[in-house]
Amino acid sequence: MPQHDVLVIGAGLAGQRAALAAAETGASVGVISKVHPVRSHSNAAAGGINAALDPEDSWESHAFDTVKGSDYLGDQDAIEVMCREAPDEVLRLEHLGVTFHRSDEGKLGTRAFGGASAARTYYVADITGQALLHVLYEQLMKHDEVTRYEEWFTTALARDDSGRLAGAVTRNIRDGSLELFTAKAVILATGGNGQIFNPTTNALICTGDGIAMAYRAGAPLMDMEMVQYHPTTLAGIGLLITEGARGEGAHLLNAEGERFMENYAPNKMELASRDVVSRAEQTEINEGRGFPDGTVALDITVVPRHRILQSLREIVNVGRDFAGVDITSEPIHIKPGNHYVMGGIKTDIDGQTDVPGLYAAGECACVSVHGGNRLGANSLLDTLIFGRRSGVHAAQMGRGMAQPTPAGSELAREREAIQSIISRDRSGRRLSEIKAEMGKVMDEQVSVFRDEERLRGALEVVKRLQEEVKTVAVDDKGSVFNQDVLGALELQFMLDNAECIVMGAIERKESRGAQFRTDFPERNDDEWLKHINLTADGDIPAVSYSDVTMTQWEPEERTY
Amino acid sequence: MSILDKILGRDEEPADGDGPKNEAAGYTLKIRRYDPESGETAFWHEYDVDIAPERSVLDGILYAKDHEDASIGIRCSCRAAICGSCGVRINGKSALACNTRISDAQAKAGRGKPIVVEPMGNMPVLKDLIVDMDAVHWKKIQRVVPWLLPDGEPPEREYIVPAESMIDVTQSMACIQCGVCVSACLSLEVDPEFVGPAALAKAYRFVGDPRDGQTEERLRDLAEDPHGMYDCTHCFACIEVCPKDVAPMDQIMRLRRRATGDYEIKDKNNGYGHGKAFVDMIENWGTLHEAQMLPRSFGDGSMIKGQTEPGAVKQLVEALPTAIRGLKSGKVTPKAVLFHPKLPDQDNVRKIYKAIESQGERLELNLYIVADNSADEEGAMAEGTKEGLA
Repeated sequence: MPQHDVLVIGAGLAGQRAALAAAETGASVGVISKVHPVRSHSNAAAGGINAALDPEDSWESHAFDTVKGSDYLGDQDAIEVMCREAPDEVLRLEHLGVTFHRSDEGKLGTRAFGGASAARTYYVADITGQALLHVLYEQLMKHDEVTRYEEWFTTALARDDSGRLAGAVTRNIRDGSLELFTAKAVILATGGNGQIFNPTTNALICTGDGIAMAYRAGAPLMDMEMVQYHPTTLAGIGLLITEGARGEGAHLLNAEGERFMENYAPNKMELASRDVVSRAEQTEINEGRGFPDGTVALDITVVPRHRILQSLREIVNVGRDFAGVDITSEPIHIKPGNHYVMGGIKTDIDGQTDVPGLYAAGECACVSVHGGNRLGANSLLDTLIFGRRSGVHAAQMGRGMAQPTPAGSELAREREAIQSIISRDRSGRRLSEIKAEMGKVMDEQVSVFRDEERLRGALEVVKRLQEEVKTVAVDDKGSVFNQDVLGALELQFMLDNAECIVMGAIERKESRGAQFRTDFPERNDDEWLKHINLTADGDIPAVSYSDVTMTQWEPEERTY
Repeated sequence: MSILDKILGRDEEPADGDGPKNEAAGYTLKIRRYDPESGETAFWHEYDVDIAPERSVLDGILYAKDHEDASIGIRCSCRAAICGSCGVRINGKSALACNTRISDAQAKAGRGKPIVVEPMGNMPVLKDLIVDMDAVHWKKIQRVVPWLLPDGEPPEREYIVPAESMIDVTQSMACIQCGVCVSACLSLEVDPEFVGPAALAKAYRFVGDPRDGQTEERLRDLAEDPHGMYDCTHCFACIEVCPKDVAPMDQIMRLRRRATGDYEIKDKNNGYGHGKAFVDMIENWGTLHEAQMLPRSFGDGSMIKGQTEPGAVKQLVEALPTAIRGLKSGKVTPKAVLFHPKLPDQDNVRKIYKAIESQGERLELNLYIVADNSADEEGAMAEGTKEGLA
């Protein structure tokens, strides 16, 4: 039974940052990841990381942009913390070895990003997330006081008699053995849940495991309806074209060759908030001004060629390898696609959830700094700031505390659940078919434009699939790298996530940020300037509300 | 399309036909399966997959998992060549499954033949297409002290460094640790102890970083290691297979140029002497004087200076059988040992040397700075594949 002071689940940026921060305080730290840490999806955050580091810039300006971007649903105390601490965090990462782009004078250089009133995005070509992730992993290799459990899959959280978090049940993917880890604090850093949707920019591992496990352990989920559709994804496969392209000056064109953002956001044009740009594109497509394949065009050829090759190299490759397009010489067809969940496990500014001993950081958490819509290049920042804060707080909280004892029989229950999936004979549809149906209904009915009727329809499908997955069988009967049985567990996690997203979307009867209800097309601050919290409660989640924290910015009309 | 139709359709195509590919094409993947729990050896199984030509080999494998057998083991996540999970060998060539188009793989396999998918090489197989990266790849990464070691305390703000230096190391930062180069490395096949292309590229990422304070120590360490930077045989395999254009061998050559040119590290592996001998001979004659290669390499690059490196005597003696074999087979003749002709336009070669030496700095090619050549090729490739796409 492995024991640690702090157990971190997930080893993307939030998880690695939390682990390092906790270890620096002298705590015994274990970090568990279902993939090797450098395979984590933080890799995909290409464009950069925001920080008001320039003396001409200010954290207040960064914070206001974030508040406005969130459509006033972000908690302003949390946003202030994030924006204030951003410069030091970026410098810290620079000191650890991140090869940030430099100006001619050798200082850190920036690029422009959407929804921002200053160019404050620091970057490494268009591999910023990858560079940060690999540099943090270098630090994990250096600091062997952090014990790494690579390719271990966590199936459930464990609590003690008093209800506080006491550990987690985890399967060693390599040999199929199941272990109960105990810890004084558990930090979930398991990332997003984009795989619920098809297509999505998210990697196959983004299955909302931590969100579902926290929900099952009694932690409330907040603002789950807030799901970002990124404006520039490849049709069909959903791969991401970084916002950095528009940051470097690329244009969006409809099939008539018109730069249509003039009609939606005349000031910021292509660099309006993502929800605004995605809705504009979808409107163009729905009203017949898109291309026959249901897309509009992103024209990067207006960016100087040497600049593209130097700083947008990754999307040159994506265009060439996955769309057969040379983006330096012709526009590429794109559409809004599932990208990020602003909602997640409700936490405070130190990552604490409502369950004692349970923390969450990064995309799986909802602090909330992103509210109804996340600004580009704020996600990397979110992972690092709140990963670090969670790590520090969790380590301090556990100091002097006795190792908790998990109550009940989580280990036996999980072992039995896994065994019953493996030993079951096939009687119904394949896992892949259930997943495909979920992905389709979510993308068709819970995406850029929503309404009550189609949301109700989606909920019905999700509830049916939740029943169906209970009896699903798998092909792989082995113990070593049985990815099939993990897929079954992930699908259960995903359906819990899907249910909460649809429930939140039905509940919020207004249009704010990423949630646009065609039956309630206006933002309604009188009734809905509040968070929606969902707690596990039998067949359907229990709904409650909490206030949005305001510090210095009153809600205004939001135009770009 | 049924499997039968597909096979018939293929058979009906003329053998020398170069016509357009069937849009609703089906493909056959021949996957090497291995189940460590079965007690059986590895075996081959064929899967028919029905996906569009522009989709990837990974999409094909996922299709087989989704439709036929979900027990096929493969690590995969991002589908976009950024996470580095899905390294395999396709038709014998190491690659990421996710950025290899299935129609390209079919063309390589040959019409009517299955696309062969195997686990990566040079690493033990754990199950099906999953190899033990920890036992080989990550062990080697750990070997090169893969973290920044700055001198003293960090500055209050950022380190001020030349913009080009950051762009320069960005090429090795672009490495996603997929292990495809490790799989393809021929030196590793001969010497499993070789630090290898990925780890040496990682080493350059620190050697080339002006913030690092251990540049000379790192270079000396990897120059003196008999399995270090001089164990590479310049076969270009890693450059050819790298899905991220990291060009690991180029980074290894940079390590060598830094070790010899900047720090004059005279290593016991004679890497310094060998490189110097090479350069000097080309300057003198324009072509290699093969028979002098060994003695010059072991003699600090020079015949005249002789054996300055005591360890080299032993190696020179050890190399004698090779020399004798060369004499016996006629590859080396006494005449060739003594006389070596100059190139007719040797003066031009010397002019090139002068031009390079007159440059203040060494000219290093870099993907992110001097990208136009490769970009033109990519442009041409994109031109070739544009047809048929919307």
